[in-house]
Parts: sequence; structure tokens; C-alpha cells
Amino acid sequence: MSVGISHFLTLGAIIFTLGIFGIFLNRKNVIIILMSIELLLLAVNINLVAFSAYHGDLTGQIFVLLILTVAAAEAAIGLAILVAFFRNRSSIAVEDINLMKG
Amino acid sequence: MAVATFFFYIFAAMTVASAFMVIAGRNPVHSVLFLILAFFNAAGLFLIAGAEFLALVLVIVYVGAVAVLFLFVVMMLDIDFAELREGFLNYLPVGGLVGLLLLLEIILAIGGWVVEPDLIGAVAVPLPSAISLTNTEALGLLLYTDYIYFFQTAGIILLVAMIGAIVLTLRHKKHAKRQDISIQIARNPTEAIKLVDVKPGQGI
Repeated sequence: MSVGISHFLTLGAIIFTLGIFGIFLNRKNVIIILMSIELLLLAVNINLVAFSAYHGDLTGQIFVLLILTVAAAEAAIGLAILVAFFRNRSSIAVEDINLMKG
Repeated sequence: MAVATFFFYIFAAMTVASAFMVIAGRNPVHSVLFLILAFFNAAGLFLIAGAEFLALVLVIVYVGAVAVLFLFVVMMLDIDFAELREGFLNYLPVGGLVGLLLLLEIILAIGGWVVEPDLIGAVAVPLPSAISLTNTEALGLLLYTDYIYFFQTAGIILLVAMIGAIVLTLRHKKHAKRQDISIQIARNPTEAIKLVDVKPGQGI
């Protein structure tokens, strides 16, 4: 098989690194940080699909489905918190998020 | 197989490029659009790996729901994004260093992954041959039997997320006119109608 599992794993590693890098680079902007988390989860999904395909085991794809669910829930909750926070403080800068009580 | 290799490299390059644009974009709207592009190309990669159902679910869930949600929020919040980018270059050296180290570590650790030949047959749920069962059917047969509790848990997670998002963002406006059904039902003619005896030539 010409496209081996290491191709997929390397691609997953690159995307995972880009996600981490994005969190480092945009540490003031919560929206980009949330998008970076989506990239991290995408990298994990790519790895799981690659293992599923090359081990010939369907379980990996079930895991991807569950991760997809959690990722969607996390994005919805994260953005809802962001909107609620923006209404209170008119800002989404990470350094302003330092109060336990709004 | 050469076609698969060709498309793998196209999709992989596009995914990496758009993932980079997501984190480096100046405008968050562009970042979201590049995120959508990255997910489309990842769906292509899933197709190459044979996970057809997941490829389409990725497009539907991520492009149709999550990315549009991001787009809504980015456009709804009135934020000076230039201000949020301050210090972008300060974080570049340490972020780049950490990222590079992490990439090297992961690639060294798993880049040369080989499957132990003895283990190839020892799988929990073997992939069905494409002739006997489609990918979607096989996933369904597995998801609704062996993984039914995980499936139900996923449903509960989505329910909690939905209720949580509504509770967090719902806001009752004080001056909005609302329907109060109990008041409407409790009305009767004696208090709803007032008879006024207007004298001729005079107003009320």
C-alpha cells in the first residue's frame, strides 16, 4: 500500500503541532484558541482513522464518532460562555478573564 | 494506488496549509473559513483511508454546524481583533520552539510506525469487506450493539451541551411584551368591557 500509516501519523503530528502552536501564538484571542483545540481534535481523529484503516479494526472509527460529538459539544459550550462573558465585560481578551464572580 | 497517493498528498498539503492559516490569519473570519477548508480536506483524507461515513459526518458536523457557529460568534461580537493580536510576535520564538520540539518528538516517536505482523489478524472488530457491507452499515451494526452505552452517553453529552448553551446565552428582556396565558384565560366580560354613558354634545 503506497500511502502507509506513517504518512497519516506524520500528518496528524503536523496538525497537532500547528494546534499547539496556535494556542501559544494567539494567547489573547479565545476564539482562535478554540479553533486550535478543534485542530488538535482533528489531528487525533486522523490518527484514529489511520489506525482503524491499517489495523483493519472498526473500533477506531467508533471512537472518532464519539470524539466528534464531544468536540461539537465543547465548541457550543465554549462559544456560549464566550458570548455570556462578552455581554458582561465587553471584551474577550484572555487576560481579562480573571474573576471568579462576574 | 498511484491516484490515492497523489490525492493523499494534495489533501495533506491543503490541510496543513489551511491549518497554518487558521492560526496565522489576521482576521478571525478568514481563520474560520480556513478551518472549514481544513475540515473539507481532512474529509478527503478520511475517504482515502476508507472511512466514508466519518468523512461525510465530518463535513456535516464541522462545516455545517461547528464552523458556522464560530462564524456567527465572530461576526456577532464587536471586538477589535487587532488589539488581541498584540504581542503576537513576542510569543513567536517560544511558541515556535515548543512547536518544533513537539513535532520532532511526535514524528520520531510514531513516524516510523510499523504494525507487528503477528497482531495484524488480532483485531477486535475486523473491517468488513466492501462487497458484503458498506462502511456505514458496519459502523451502525457495531455502534448500536457493542457500543450502545457509548452512543447513549454521546447523546446525553449533546443534550447537556444544548441545555447549557441555551441557559448561558438566554436573556429575558424586561420590556418585551409577552403573552401571559393565565391572565388571558381569567378575563371575563364584567372587567373586560366598560360601558360609558356619553352625553350628547360632549366628549368623554
